[in-house]
Amino acid sequence: MFHWKKYRFVDWALVAVAVFVPFLPLVDHNGGHINVLVNAGIYMMLAIGLNIVVGFAGLLDLGYAAFFAIGSYTYAMVASPQFGLHFSFWPMVLVSAFVAAIFGIILGAPTLRLRGDYLAIVTLGFGEIVPQTFLNLAKYTGGPNGISAIDQPKLFGYHFGLNPLPYYYLVLVLIAFSLIVANNLRTSRLGRAWMAIREDEIAAAHMGINTTTAKLAAFSLGASFSGLSGVVNASLLTLVSPDQFKFNVSITVLSMLVLGGMGSLPGVVVGSAALSILNFFILPQASNIAASVGLHVDFTSYRFMLYGIILVVVMLFKPEGLWGSEQRKAELKEHGGAAGAENAEYEEMPRETV
Amino acid sequence: MAFFALNNVTKAFGGLVAVKEVSYEITQGQIAAMIGPNGAGKSTAFNLVTGLYVPTSGEVEFEGQPIGGKKPDYVCKLGIARTFQNIRLFAFMTAVENVMAGRHVRMGAMLWDSLLHTPKQRAEERGVREKAMELLRFVDLERHADDYAHNLPYGFQRRLEIARALASDPKLLLLDEPAAGMNPREKEDLMKLIRAIRDRGTTVFLIEHDMGLVMNISEKIAVLDHGEKIAEGTPVEIRADARVIEAYLGKSA
Repeated sequence: MFHWKKYRFVDWALVAVAVFVPFLPLVDHNGGHINVLVNAGIYMMLAIGLNIVVGFAGLLDLGYAAFFAIGSYTYAMVASPQFGLHFSFWPMVLVSAFVAAIFGIILGAPTLRLRGDYLAIVTLGFGEIVPQTFLNLAKYTGGPNGISAIDQPKLFGYHFGLNPLPYYYLVLVLIAFSLIVANNLRTSRLGRAWMAIREDEIAAAHMGINTTTAKLAAFSLGASFSGLSGVVNASLLTLVSPDQFKFNVSITVLSMLVLGGMGSLPGVVVGSAALSILNFFILPQASNIAASVGLHVDFTSYRFMLYGIILVVVMLFKPEGLWGSEQRKAELKEHGGAAGAENAEYEEMPRETV
Repeated sequence: MAFFALNNVTKAFGGLVAVKEVSYEITQGQIAAMIGPNGAGKSTAFNLVTGLYVPTSGEVEFEGQPIGGKKPDYVCKLGIARTFQNIRLFAFMTAVENVMAGRHVRMGAMLWDSLLHTPKQRAEERGVREKAMELLRFVDLERHADDYAHNLPYGFQRRLEIARALASDPKLLLLDEPAAGMNPREKEDLMKLIRAIRDRGTTVFLIEHDMGLVMNISEKIAVLDHGEKIAEGTPVEIRADARVIEAYLGKSA
C-alpha cells in the first residue's frame, strides 16, 4: 500500500539526497571530501546497529565501541602480516559481523537481568574492558601500536588503494543493506517483540515473548552491524589500535541517535550525517579559516562541548530528535519531557528467581 | 486429570502469607470466578498461575502438567493468557499492533524470516494482521485499530487487553478485575463479551469485585479471605454462605 499523501516534503528531500549520493564523486573530485564521507558512512553503520539495541529494544548500551573494536581486530588479525594470514576481505565482512554478534551474546547473557541505568553501567564497563584487553594482549594484538599494514580489499582483480572512492561505494552498499535489514527487523515478529519489551516487559512476557532471547537477539544483531563497519574501518585505515575505540566513539554514536531520533531509521541517517559533517568537516574547516585570519583556535578540541550544547538544545526544542518517530513523539509528549520518561515504568513486580 | 487446578497452593512473602493452601479446580468450558475483599490474595493467585510468582508450596496444574514456577512465556505457550488489574497494554503501539504482539507465541517466523522478509514471513504477517483485525471486531474496537492504545478510553483499553490476550488462542483466559472502573452499561457489554469468549471455546477464570457481574455470569465461585479459601460453589450457594457474608459485611454483633 503506497499512499502519496502520507509523505511529506522532507521525505522526498531524503529520497532526492539518496539518489544524488552515488553520483557525488562525479561532481566533487576532492579525495579529502570523499574520505570524510567514508568515515561518516562508517559511523552511520554503527548508528544503525546501535539503534537496534537502544532504539528498537530500549536497552541503553554505552559500550557499543567494544563491538566496533572486535569487528576491526577480527579482520586485522587474519588479514595482515601480524600472523602472516591474508584472508580475503569479502567473506571476512560476514565473519566479523558474526564474531561481533557472538560477543553481543556474551555481553548480553549476564546483563539481561539489569535494566535502564544498571545495564548502561555494565555496558560502559564492557566498552572499557575490550580496548584495554586488546592493549594488554600485546602478543596477539600488537599492544599500543596495534596492527598495521592490514590488507585492502580486492574486487575482480581491482585493488582498493589509498583512493577512498571504492570505499565510498562499498560503504554506500553496506549502508543500503543495513537500512533494509534494520527496517525489515522493525516490521517483523522480532521487531514487534522488541517494541513490546520496551513498552512493558512483564506484559510482553505474558504474551509468550521470551524476553531473554529477544534481548539477546537485539544485542547480537546490533553488534553485528558494528562488525561490518569494523572491517571497513580496519581496511580503510590499514591500521587498528586500541585508542580508536575509546568511550568517545560510543558516546558519539549514541549522540547521533539522540540527535536524529531513537528508533527512527531516517532519524538515524540524518543524525549521524549531521554529527559526522560537524565532526569531520565543519570543525576542521573552521579551524583552518580561523588560522587563515591569524586566530589559532583548534575547534576540533571543542567537539564534545559542541555535542553537549547541540544535544541540550535538541532535548529542549525537539526531544524526539530531528526526525523522531511518531511513537516517540507521542511518548515524550505524554511524559512531559525526556528526563524520567524511561524510568517511570519500572515500578513493580520483578519476577522471582526459581 | 483436571483441566486446571490449584492444589494446596501457598505463597508467602517473608512472614506474610498472601495465599494459604488454596485448592480450586476448573473444568473446561466453564466461567469460573474468584472473589474476595481487597488484599485477599486473588491477584497473587493469578500471578502464581502465570509464572510471575513462584509458589512457596503446592502445585498449579494445567491439562495434567505442573506449571507452578514456570516462566510467563512458557505458560502462555501452553495456552493460558491473561489481562492485568492495572491495564498493561503496550501504550505506544497501535491497537492492532498490540493484538499482533499478543499473537507472537503462535507465530513461526524465525530470525532469518524477520531479517529478510521471506515470502513465508510476509504471508504470516498478513495472516496475523487479519486475525488481529478479526479480534478487534470481536471486541468492537475495529474503528480504533490504528490508534495508540494509550489514547483509547479506559473501557476500550480493557477490551483491547482482552483482544490481545485472545490473540494467542488461549484455552484458559484469566481476567483480573475486568469490570474495574466500568459503568453499568459497559459492564453489561462485558458480560456479553465474556459469554461470547466462552462460546468460542475458551474457558474463563476471572477475579472480580463486582458482585452483580460475578453472580450473573459465573458457574462456579471461590471466595478468598486473608489468603484462605473460605467457600466454593455455585452463585446460589455462595450467596447463602454465612462465612462469605461475614467476610464481606463483618461479624454480626
